[in-house]
Amino acid sequence: MLKYLSKRLFFAIPTLIIISFVLFALLDLAPNDPTGNLPLTIPPEVREEIRDSLGLNKPFHIRYIKWMEQFFVNEPLNLIEKITGLEIGDSESRLRVRSWTSRSPVVDLIVERLPQTLWVVGLSYVVGIMIALPIGVISAYKQYSWFDQIGTFISMVGFSVPTFFTGLVMIIIFSVTLSWFPSTYDTTHVVRDLPSLWIQVKQMTMPVLVLAFFNAAQLSRFMRASVLENLNLDYVRTARAKGLHDRTILLKHILRNSMLPVVTMIALGVPTIFSGAIITEQIFRVNGLGQLLITGIQSADIPLVQSLSFLFAVLIVTFNLLADIIYGILDPRIKYE
Amino acid sequence: MQRDNLAVAGQAIQEAREHPSPWMIVWIALKNHKGALIGAGVFTFIVLAVLIGPLIYTIDPQLTDTAHRNESFSWNHPLGTDNLGRDMLAQLLSGGRIALAVGFAAMLLSLGVGTAVGVIAGYYKRLDGPLMRLTDLFLALPLLPLLLVIILLFRDTLRAAFGPEMGIFFLIVFVIGITSWMQTARIVRGETLAIKEREFVLAATSMGTSGLHIITVHILPNILSPIMVSATLGIANAIITESTLSFLGLGFPPDFPTWGRLLFDGANFIEITPARVIWPGLAISLTVLSVNYIGDALRDAIDPRVRNK
Repeated sequence: MLKYLSKRLFFAIPTLIIISFVLFALLDLAPNDPTGNLPLTIPPEVREEIRDSLGLNKPFHIRYIKWMEQFFVNEPLNLIEKITGLEIGDSESRLRVRSWTSRSPVVDLIVERLPQTLWVVGLSYVVGIMIALPIGVISAYKQYSWFDQIGTFISMVGFSVPTFFTGLVMIIIFSVTLSWFPSTYDTTHVVRDLPSLWIQVKQMTMPVLVLAFFNAAQLSRFMRASVLENLNLDYVRTARAKGLHDRTILLKHILRNSMLPVVTMIALGVPTIFSGAIITEQIFRVNGLGQLLITGIQSADIPLVQSLSFLFAVLIVTFNLLADIIYGILDPRIKYE
Repeated sequence: MQRDNLAVAGQAIQEAREHPSPWMIVWIALKNHKGALIGAGVFTFIVLAVLIGPLIYTIDPQLTDTAHRNESFSWNHPLGTDNLGRDMLAQLLSGGRIALAVGFAAMLLSLGVGTAVGVIAGYYKRLDGPLMRLTDLFLALPLLPLLLVIILLFRDTLRAAFGPEMGIFFLIVFVIGITSWMQTARIVRGETLAIKEREFVLAATSMGTSGLHIITVHILPNILSPIMVSATLGIANAIITESTLSFLGLGFPPDFPTWGRLLFDGANFIEITPARVIWPGLAISLTVLSVNYIGDALRDAIDPRVRNK
């Protein structure tokens, strides 16, 4: 196990380095000028000085290594300092990855936006899993029943209809027509007492439900397939021959075995959720990470976009690794060479 | 002599029953699957409407008429008009043309790349490792942010080179195709590995047939069915991705609106004319849903565990 893990880590690190290089090179080679948006009255010499101060006139490999140093050494140190309150080395003069438009460190921007995204995304994933698992199990257990037919149809609709359309339809129905829920998300809202908590619940309902529906659609089909595969296996027949109740067989024997691939699937799905949040945040005006990325892209804020895209890549690689580990822990039959 | 011919023909029919050709599989799959049959009907209807519709319904989609803006249903404008008085039905039809063209072209590109990578990795053992590592690397890329970044960076250059419409068309087809081939490559590699061990490939190799010839003549025809399943999923994925990009404002410009762009523009007028959101959204959803149903039936048809039941 340990050997396998170290082997996987050995692959994960070069992957991340190559991805960081691809992201850096892509943004660097693109025909794009960060001083392009500045007023035309700035004389060329001053413009050149601005480019110099941004470090744009250094050779490519030096900028790449500097960026790596900032991203992998400086920013983690800053984070540790912030959390623990300790001072490590000379933190004042340490170079930081700064946003070109807001001039504040990118990590601060991300930390500021992270809670909103985590709340909406995390909650929608939990809700999605809670909807999907029972539906998947019942659909498989009663295969071809009306419940299964309707469930299959709804999950087919769920992952065919893009989230931006379900989101807008929900806004039309519940905000415009019925005015039950607000159509935008107010981040400055502070939960102090019960009525303000109620407002918070109301404004989170729609973004969470839209994402949850999309997640549940994929997961329930996967769960159904997994249970179906287990239903006809020998151990189920043995359990039945021992005289166990159908309910016991389903909940104790089949469910545990069919959860194995599903748990892996849940871990693998976490990063895609974050990119799903890019769209949902845009519809409901949640100012989370996705919205930060979009504004960064629109204002050609290259350090911000680089850092955010790389953060998404880190998430993908980490959760792929996590999925492998979970699978190994849950299923003792799996032996890693 | 005639009896021999009959025997040969009979044997051919028998063989066709046991090893149905890919097109037979498509037909069998659609025939036995009610959802897929409806899906195929809806998809054909949408394709025909988009292809022939603008020839019959000849109103210019870009014609502005501010006297009749934000109208709902009427005889002159069956689906109403937008905030500049442009006819929604005409826009929907012309937008569908672009959306479907992007879907097909991106699917073909991704299928081509995926099949090539998969076959080469499966057939040439030496290239298997590097190519599969490349596939894993692409699977680890954050796709949506990357797509947005590429389009932002190269949009203006390509627009200058190929004109506003063709430039963005090439760019979007290229980025979608180049970021969605990985699943196809994995499936094709697996199938190639299985086919490679069969006797007829061994026979061809021992006769001195070149690798390229074996791939094109002996291997590719035998893995056509899984490739077709990938194709249906590829169209659905490409249409969704294109409309997502357009919805985020980084796809087609407003003067060549696709369904996603129409949705994006309509979202700001959701309180005045909700129909502007409903129609393009419904068009995207129906297209993708019908394609997914066809793909589902195809997958069932080529899966021996399901087929033999």
